[in-house]
Amino acid sequence: MPRVVVDVVLKPEISDPQGQAVLGALGRLGHDSVRSVRQGKHFVLEVEGTPDEAELTQIAETLLANPVIEDVELHLPTD
Amino acid sequence: MRIGVITFPGSLDDVDAARAVRLAGAEPVALWHDDHDLEDVDAIVLPGGFSYGDYLRAGAIAARAPMMQDVVDRAHQGMPVLGICNGFQVLCEAGLLPGALTRNGHLHFRNRDQALRIERADTAWTQDYEAGQRIVVPVKNGEGRYVAAPADLDRIEGEGRVAVRYVEGNPNGSMRDIAGVTSENGRVVGLMPHPEHAVEDLTGPSTDGLGFFTSVLKAVVSA
Repeated sequence: MPRVVVDVVLKPEISDPQGQAVLGALGRLGHDSVRSVRQGKHFVLEVEGTPDEAELTQIAETLLANPVIEDVELHLPTD
Repeated sequence: MRIGVITFPGSLDDVDAARAVRLAGAEPVALWHDDHDLEDVDAIVLPGGFSYGDYLRAGAIAARAPMMQDVVDRAHQGMPVLGICNGFQVLCEAGLLPGALTRNGHLHFRNRDQALRIERADTAWTQDYEAGQRIVVPVKNGEGRYVAAPADLDRIEGEGRVAVRYVEGNPNGSMRDIAGVTSENGRVVGLMPHPEHAVEDLTGPSTDGLGFFTSVLKAVVSA
């Protein structure tokens, strides 16, 4: 069954305290090369039949992400 | 005067909200999120809690509940709607109010009595206050940080949509100390603090919260 992946991250202008906490932990572990962390969500949808890009875009933009604060990326199967 | 209080799976403060409605002099009507019957109520309260366990985003799944479609329709027709805490999150997710609520800036749940300033004393839910009045009610949230893009915040401020602001300390990192906002017509109000927990001397830090519930009585009569 085709798998559709949707990645959701906070918009760049919205601060991400969870990502900052991860960055702080990395610093304490000595990983000084990491300059920034943005935490997001990763959805994997198994879809019956040929994925309908318009429908999946609607799903991503109206439920999986909140467009007020989040950006969304839709990854359709490439095979 | 009948004021509906909608219970979602995971609502916690629906009983307190109904109690506040009764103390204000109206009849609370218990409503269930999965129904499609608003039972001719005159106004709606969306209570606090953790609907659907805050899965996906706080309020996101509740905002798509069957009854919320009815609430959105009635709100557009002018029915007063108040969202408290999780109810505020639901109203933002439903698109009735601008902005969004996200994880607190310090990443901790914060529970305390909180001073607020009433910025708008002309909404359906705040007209029993004076503009600039200081009140104290409990605040308790983990995802109460009000955010929007800077340009959107400028627009929200410019349109006078900030109904309530935190004073004497911001409990969650909300941008511009915003504790609650209103719809353009002042009929829909959402706030993170809990006025329904401050309606009786015995159980609250004050009775300052009762004004939200008495305000709407006049709003419905004058509508």
